[in-house]
Amino acid sequence: MKYIVCVKQVPDTSGKVAVKADGTMDRASMATIINPDDLNAVEAALSLKDANPDAKVVVVSMGPPPAAKMLRELLAMGADEAVLVSGREFGGSDTFATSQILAGAIHHMGIEEDDVIFCGRQAIDGDTAQVGPQIAEKLNIPQVSYAADIRKEGNTLTVKRMLEDGYMTIQVNTPCLVTCIKELNTPRYMTVKGILECDKKPYTVYDFNTLKDEPLIELDTIGLKGSPTNVYKSFSPPVKGAGQMVAADQASIHALFKGLADKHII
Amino acid sequence: MILSEKHQMMRKLYRQFAETEFTPELLDHLEETGEFNWDMHYKMAKYGFMGVKIPVEYGGQGGDSLAYVMMVEEFARVSPVLSIYANTSNSLGAGPLLFCGTEEQKQKYVVPVAKGEKILAFALTEPGAGSDAGGTQTTAVEDGDFYILNGRKTFISGAPMADYCVVYAKTDPTQKGSRGISMFIVDMKLPGVSCGKPEHKMGIIGYPTSDVILENVRVHKSDLLGPLHKGFATAMKTLDGGRLGMSAQALGIAQGCLEESIKYAKERKQFGQPIAKFQAISFMIAEMATEIEAARQLIYSTAVRKDAGDPEASKLCAMCKYFAAEMCNRVAYKAVQIHGGYGYIKEYKVERFYRDARITSIYEGTTQVQQMVISSSLLK
Amino acid sequence: MSQFVNTDLSAFHGVWVFCEQREGVMNQTSFELLSEGRKLADDLGVELCGVLLGSNVGNLARTLGGYGADKVYLCDDPKLSNYTTDAYTKVLCDLVVEKKPEIVLIGATNIGRDLGPRCAARLHTGLTADATHLDIDVAKYKEFLRSTSTMDVDSMKWDMNDKGLKMTRPAFGGHLMATIICPRFRPQMSTVRPGVMKCAEFDAARAEACVVEACPVQLTDADIKTKVLEVVKEAKAAVDLLGAEVIVAVGHGISKDVTKGLELAQKLADALGGGVLGASRAVVDEGWLSADHQVGQTGKTVRPHIYVALGISGAIQHKAGMQDSEYIIAVNSNAAAPIFEVADYGICGDLYQVVPMMLDALSSIER
Repeated sequence: MKYIVCVKQVPDTSGKVAVKADGTMDRASMATIINPDDLNAVEAALSLKDANPDAKVVVVSMGPPPAAKMLRELLAMGADEAVLVSGREFGGSDTFATSQILAGAIHHMGIEEDDVIFCGRQAIDGDTAQVGPQIAEKLNIPQVSYAADIRKEGNTLTVKRMLEDGYMTIQVNTPCLVTCIKELNTPRYMTVKGILECDKKPYTVYDFNTLKDEPLIELDTIGLKGSPTNVYKSFSPPVKGAGQMVAADQASIHALFKGLADKHII
Repeated sequence: MILSEKHQMMRKLYRQFAETEFTPELLDHLEETGEFNWDMHYKMAKYGFMGVKIPVEYGGQGGDSLAYVMMVEEFARVSPVLSIYANTSNSLGAGPLLFCGTEEQKQKYVVPVAKGEKILAFALTEPGAGSDAGGTQTTAVEDGDFYILNGRKTFISGAPMADYCVVYAKTDPTQKGSRGISMFIVDMKLPGVSCGKPEHKMGIIGYPTSDVILENVRVHKSDLLGPLHKGFATAMKTLDGGRLGMSAQALGIAQGCLEESIKYAKERKQFGQPIAKFQAISFMIAEMATEIEAARQLIYSTAVRKDAGDPEASKLCAMCKYFAAEMCNRVAYKAVQIHGGYGYIKEYKVERFYRDARITSIYEGTTQVQQMVISSSLLK
Repeated sequence: MSQFVNTDLSAFHGVWVFCEQREGVMNQTSFELLSEGRKLADDLGVELCGVLLGSNVGNLARTLGGYGADKVYLCDDPKLSNYTTDAYTKVLCDLVVEKKPEIVLIGATNIGRDLGPRCAARLHTGLTADATHLDIDVAKYKEFLRSTSTMDVDSMKWDMNDKGLKMTRPAFGGHLMATIICPRFRPQMSTVRPGVMKCAEFDAARAEACVVEACPVQLTDADIKTKVLEVVKEAKAAVDLLGAEVIVAVGHGISKDVTKGLELAQKLADALGGGVLGASRAVVDEGWLSADHQVGQTGKTVRPHIYVALGISGAIQHKAGMQDSEYIIAVNSNAAAPIFEVADYGICGDLYQVVPMMLDALSSIER
């Protein structure tokens, strides 16, 4: 039995965000963190493992080699194995391409009848919430997104799936994919013992050669060139300058709010 | 010193834990009630912080001294009092047991302490004795399979919550000074053991400290710790580790003061500009940061050298404690000064840091005792 | 999918909007998307179609026409009564394969964000998430860039005949805007952020003219691998400061008439889309609001999308808790109040007069 968790290393957008002159993100200058929702996914897997110690928690991430550091932290939290999917050919993938590669990686490690895949709802850099459902589609397994509570009995999961105005209770059998939101749980910390032992756990890198023959991966729709979507233009919204004083009369205030509405600020 | 990746991960863990869990609400609550917070104790226990430096075979995490001092530093940076929660078990508590306990004693006492299931206090100080062990008046008299203990220990951190206590008592009144003293593990539930009223302290409020009173307490011989009559030598060895921990606490407090001061100096405006622009303030900050870094390097390198069995370790630990505690008080003074009137108001963190800093040059050997240790090792 | 060659761009025509309903009630976002889809369809000179899935929802179909749909594909089946990923994906994808639209828009609701990616993966095409602006016409897109970016639009090269869908969305928490295209595959798909697109006036004549085409639904129980045990509606719990997108905070400036001041603040918070009330320390100390409203050094540090400070002077301890908010609007009668130093927009005036003007402005803006 495996609990596979897909995680992403993201720039920490909660602090200062650096934008280069050409309008793209200056990732090199920003601190990286484990995507917050993904930590909830990891916790979901680890807490299911607490109840069933025979299960194995495998964390998978696609990203450049520095993502290895994040994976070691997850091993120090209690994950049993880590897989880094890394290759220049994968770089620049959009969600369609990424989900293909991750589905291929999961297929490569083998998916069994009682396995569950966990993803965070969305990553804070792209906020798309697309990769989880797309992995499920590629693997041809059912998905439940926006999970705020997960119960597992045998091979059946009962999930509280949040909606804007309430929730649905959904039952699904393994193998399946669940995307997790922060209301689901409070992620645990690493432990010192875990940190000291994380190097002893299996850690594997899947590169392009490992995955190029995977049937779920089409080589012409991965990477920057192959991705179905492309960035046409990117730009930073006008820089916040010094504050602007607005006169306290009806016309000025009306103009202010009209301007804010036009810029989708309100 | 360049930290290994593992130690960097540990720092991240400690910092994340402290910044997330040591909420302003919790800190205010500790300050208001002065009571021990069991929820926080169990939360720390869950993550193994009580046994960071205790070997894995005794229920600990298996970290080294550097792992331990970094924990105390990072915890103290947010909350000096909460840094003590996870400190004692790693230093004075389990220290003597690991140092000279029998396998049976280690299994019985160290394992639950490492897991945070039990709390162990360290009772050396008496109204007339502390660093001067010669004044020890607590006695232990052999009686068949038992020793009968009588006496009063004072300023015992954690005594009101403790399950066990390592007690120093005179077993051979004919020997003078620090000789003829033995260590005992006393179960706090034994008949004749009681605690005094928790002290009202200036700082580190929320970790009760009280007297421990021993009245004809019958302690079984199996709870004699280490060799008979030679307890104080062991105490000295344990105190090294404790001093290192307390210097890390001082370091953390100073770091917290520095960060608050930098933040405040950038925000606070006077005469039309942030006060950080005034050299009087910026130079104070430069001095604080430099002193803190000097202390950090001394403490970290001492931690590594102590683990490596450096014969100078005792002196180095005393130097850490001496320098870090005094540095911490200087830094806390400046932090309050930079904050001006706001620094004197309880809502600002530096007010509490300032009071908490004061103990660091007093407990586990005053600055003057550290100077004695250092100088005597140089002048022998 | 034998005849479905989605790289044959010329085989795809028409703009579709997936019209989401829950328990027979149309989601407002569907109307917004139809209104926007109308413009895109006009730019392309093609049909706008609504796609309505559900059980016994035929009565809703014509309404969609009133917001711009020329045609509504109605897929009505008991198995579609509750949303399930499997059933909705199959029905929508089957329909796309059969009819071949060039654009499919889906509201970025919790359901749309579940359905969209699954469909795009099955249809083997790209999907843009959470778009806040859509363009077909390059000239209009250039206009858009002129007003929202600092780019030198005119010195750039443009293919003015390009009729691809340009989907603009914020990334990195709004620090960056990206316009996404999907040049090689069809349909071009996007989920669209609710509340962003302007909803057109309901047009009864259009509703009348709308063609409703019932489509056969081919679903078996085996197609649906999840089981909905219950659907529960919950009133939104009181939102906390930390999670709030909009905070309207009051300071000592409401002392003149506390009840009225709080009432105005609450009205403004509601008008800005369900904001939360914040407070300065003075307000909490006076007991006008409880401590969980307090923003600042001793209260909470907040970073909402919009922070409105009413009658708050902006003492350092307050600013420390709110200065990282994305947009700060401050109202204070003292022109020298420090709050104006961190405000994006400052209004020097009496909040009892200014807030009603703000409310008036908000109510007159179509959003």
